[in-house]
Amino acid sequence: MELTQENKKVLVEPLVENNPITLQVLGICSALAVTSQLSTALIMSLALTTVTAFSSAGIAFIRNHVPSSIRIIAQMVIIASLVIVVDQLLKAFAYDVSKQLSVFVGLIITNCIVMGRAEAYAMKNPPWESFLDGIGNGLGYSLILVGVAVVRELLGSGKLLGIEMLPLVKDGGWYVPNGLLLLPPSAFFLIGLIIWGIRTWKPKQVEKADFEIQPAHGVVHGEAH
Amino acid sequence: MEAYINLFIKSVFIENMALSFFLGMCTFIAVSKKIETAVGLGIAVIIVQTLTVPANNLIYTYLLKENALTWAGVQDVDLSFIALMACIGVIAAIVQILEMVLDRFFPALYNALGIFLPLITVNCAILAGSLFMIERDYNFAESVVYGVGSGFGWALAITAMAGVREKLKYSDVPPGLRGLGITFITAGLMALGFMAFSGIQL
Repeated sequence: MELTQENKKVLVEPLVENNPITLQVLGICSALAVTSQLSTALIMSLALTTVTAFSSAGIAFIRNHVPSSIRIIAQMVIIASLVIVVDQLLKAFAYDVSKQLSVFVGLIITNCIVMGRAEAYAMKNPPWESFLDGIGNGLGYSLILVGVAVVRELLGSGKLLGIEMLPLVKDGGWYVPNGLLLLPPSAFFLIGLIIWGIRTWKPKQVEKADFEIQPAHGVVHGEAH
Repeated sequence: MEAYINLFIKSVFIENMALSFFLGMCTFIAVSKKIETAVGLGIAVIIVQTLTVPANNLIYTYLLKENALTWAGVQDVDLSFIALMACIGVIAAIVQILEMVLDRFFPALYNALGIFLPLITVNCAILAGSLFMIERDYNFAESVVYGVGSGFGWALAITAMAGVREKLKYSDVPPGLRGLGITFITAGLMALGFMAFSGIQL
């Protein structure tokens, strides 16, 4: 199928302009917990993008037939079935990774990106557009996840995907690993900094302050006396 | 008895749902602007967690686990792969029932909790509580203690976060970092604080 201009916009917008993590505040839990290694982050991104895309498409198919009072349950059933499929596939073909991800694959069910896109987009739009929207938002999520994971794994243990990039001091190299980056709180700092970066680049996203600091007395036209 | 107290302390501080496992983060960040709403949501989470973890424990032990259906005369059946679906179904149902019961018998509490109850269905801390319970093979008594403890830990974390954010809004934050950005960094610092508990062996 050809991508129209509109389709491209749906696909690209969630990458930076309307990123699910840094602007919509969706799907943060897993973004923090699985990013200490690049490999788990990649698998998680792949799983989430697949689930979001197919659940959005599936929900868009039935959107005109579901009474709104039970729509949450209907969405949950679709999402849960997809997550179970992904979970079983991971257990079958990538058992080690699935052990590392522990409950976080299951938690895709309650990942707000999936539900949020279902509610906000798939309930109002046809399946193909919803599918693209799911892919777009999944990629926006993946972008942040992979970015954080690269920094954490590279600087935290000097490796990428388990391959040594920076020779460690204990193996006779020069790099002293920064253990803080392997600890979970570092993901908070990194995402905070990413948000700062994006908002400096796109000042439209900056939030209004609740209180402004009053200019001090005696300051006239920006000139202190 | 001692083991249960240890489990409680562990689930509140050492394995705090919000600040050690980062679960329920979306609501943690979104609903922590005011202390009152944070406390309301915290109480709702404690109630729901206390009910759902033991309920899921019973369902898992007697219906879904490998060979769990032996009491019904069915051998060699392993339904544990639908545990995810069962857990989320039970949570959605319990939240719905709780909402109706509160509405009927405790209208004051119902009004206080307001929109937070339905929100809880998609709070990942709740589902994670049940999934951790399955992963760690807790028995029924342990699951009750774990449910109360993990709910309480989450409530404690969001209340503390709301306290920090109420003061934070008077401070002069760089424009790009304002709001969401500084909230993340605050949460990171709080999580670092909670890491101090992680060395404690109980």
